[in-house]
Amino acid sequence: MSLKAETAEPRPARLRGTLTARTRRTITAYAFLAPTLVVAAVFMVWPMIRSLIDSFYEKSIGPGEFTGLSNYTQLLKDEAFLGALRNTVFYAIVATPLSVGFALGFALLLNGRVRGRGFFRSALFIPAVLSLGVVAIAWSFLLDPDIGLVTYWLRSIGVPAGNGVRDPSLAMWYVIGVGVWKNTGFYMVMYLAGLQTIPRTFYEAAVIDGAGPWQRFRRVTWPLLSNTTAFVFIIAAIAALQVFDQVFVMTRGGPHFATESLVYLVYRKGFQDFEFGYASAIAWVLVIVVFALSLAQNVFFSRRAVRY
Amino acid sequence: MTLIRSVAKYGALAVGAALVLLPLVWMVTASISPEASIVRYPPSLIPGGFTTEHYAEVWRRIPFARQLLNTVIFAGGVTAVSLVLDSLAAYALARLDFPGKNAVFALILLLLMIPPQVTLVPLFQLLSDLGWINTYQGLIVPRATNAFGIFFLRQFFMTIPLSLGEAARIDGASEFGIYRRIILPLSGPALLTLGLFHFMYNWNDLLWPLVFTTDTDMQTLPAGLALFMGQHVIEYGLLMAGAVLTLLPMVSAFLLVQRRFVEGIATTGLR
Repeated sequence: MSLKAETAEPRPARLRGTLTARTRRTITAYAFLAPTLVVAAVFMVWPMIRSLIDSFYEKSIGPGEFTGLSNYTQLLKDEAFLGALRNTVFYAIVATPLSVGFALGFALLLNGRVRGRGFFRSALFIPAVLSLGVVAIAWSFLLDPDIGLVTYWLRSIGVPAGNGVRDPSLAMWYVIGVGVWKNTGFYMVMYLAGLQTIPRTFYEAAVIDGAGPWQRFRRVTWPLLSNTTAFVFIIAAIAALQVFDQVFVMTRGGPHFATESLVYLVYRKGFQDFEFGYASAIAWVLVIVVFALSLAQNVFFSRRAVRY
Repeated sequence: MTLIRSVAKYGALAVGAALVLLPLVWMVTASISPEASIVRYPPSLIPGGFTTEHYAEVWRRIPFARQLLNTVIFAGGVTAVSLVLDSLAAYALARLDFPGKNAVFALILLLLMIPPQVTLVPLFQLLSDLGWINTYQGLIVPRATNAFGIFFLRQFFMTIPLSLGEAARIDGASEFGIYRRIILPLSGPALLTLGLFHFMYNWNDLLWPLVFTTDTDMQTLPAGLALFMGQHVIEYGLLMAGAVLTLLPMVSAFLLVQRRFVEGIATTGLR
């Protein structure tokens, strides 16, 4: 018997014999998962753990020094961080209901028989597929205090446009406006999908009972959309807490840090000041806020979910 | 009464659509107007003349051609690799039974809920250690798999009857053969929708290329244009020509396969 036959033949036979079908299936499954698990472990899970570890270090480029909770206690006294937290929460509190509210309004208008329905739906949705960073360049020109078309229009109808995007008390409102511009159409499409699931017969029954348009909305549409509303609100609020693109392009966090958001502060501390430890601590505050919010909203809405 | 209501309805829709389209119209106007007429007072939406010089100039400045290529490689690369990895993982989670399945799925859901910015700082250090800053692999590989993509394809794969796989298994097909010859061909629409989302997301992304590329020649268009703006604020026409060219592929894709975008969002509601 040749050597080749000896080594090649019996081994697979023994493997087949000892491995149960179940073990083989497990190996197959993990072979399918392996590329994803490796990438996720190296580029997602490990960086997350490292970010948590780094947040307990005074650290720049190089090893750094363990300082316990010092980064976090420093945050509580840091005007830059507290300002960014205030700005981000303010942005989320204003931009979320505005974009969700407009989205619901437009969805209701487009749900019935409307001439030009396709055009209006596409026009309102199109910002969702466009780069916010790129469109924000156009917005910063439109909102320029001197040559901006929108600031000019606002002034001519008597709205004080101030110093445009360079006005400390107004810049945040412009940043919010651009955020609402970007996201309303996206949430509108989700509401349109929600509206499709409400059976026509409910409205017919409501009309027979003498319900007017407001009552039909209040008693049929709104409660039956509560699951959609919950979902849209959660993703809208989470997106709002991560605001960055239009801040970077339009204001760079200014004027005087008036529009600096948490993500912008992470960017500034991490990649301009290279304070890796401190930037990680800020990032973890964001993680905690996002988690707490999605948890709170889940609890709140799940108690009120409506089924018929 | 009905007249008032319909005036109000179309009025609201028209105002909404006009406000949404305003920056896009203005971009096109500015990109074809001579620089002097862009900065005139009072400003206007109507072009004050016509020129193609901004469109000619933009290729010579910024380096637009190079950044366009970078954007195509980055968005296309992430899309291609991620579709393969996402679908492999989704196949295991949707159609195979194995110990640890729930734990793996829970990990995917957890990754879905983490704000991605939290990993930027450590990823920057990791990519620096690997020498991957300013490289295509540095931009693409960390995004080679995507929790949303796995979740989305898992849901789709679960709607394909299990009996289809069983029949092939009896005929001696391997699991990879079933994935490759049965599941993937049946998942064309789902893969196309997901591919479109991956491509759009990465084409449009600003923060990721901003952090992982420092060299102008390695930046993608959104990052390149934003940084160019920071340095040359006054070149409106040139910047708007660049912006129009950057948005054009997404606008065209949207107009061509609009239903896929809309249905993708309506059925998944993510991203």
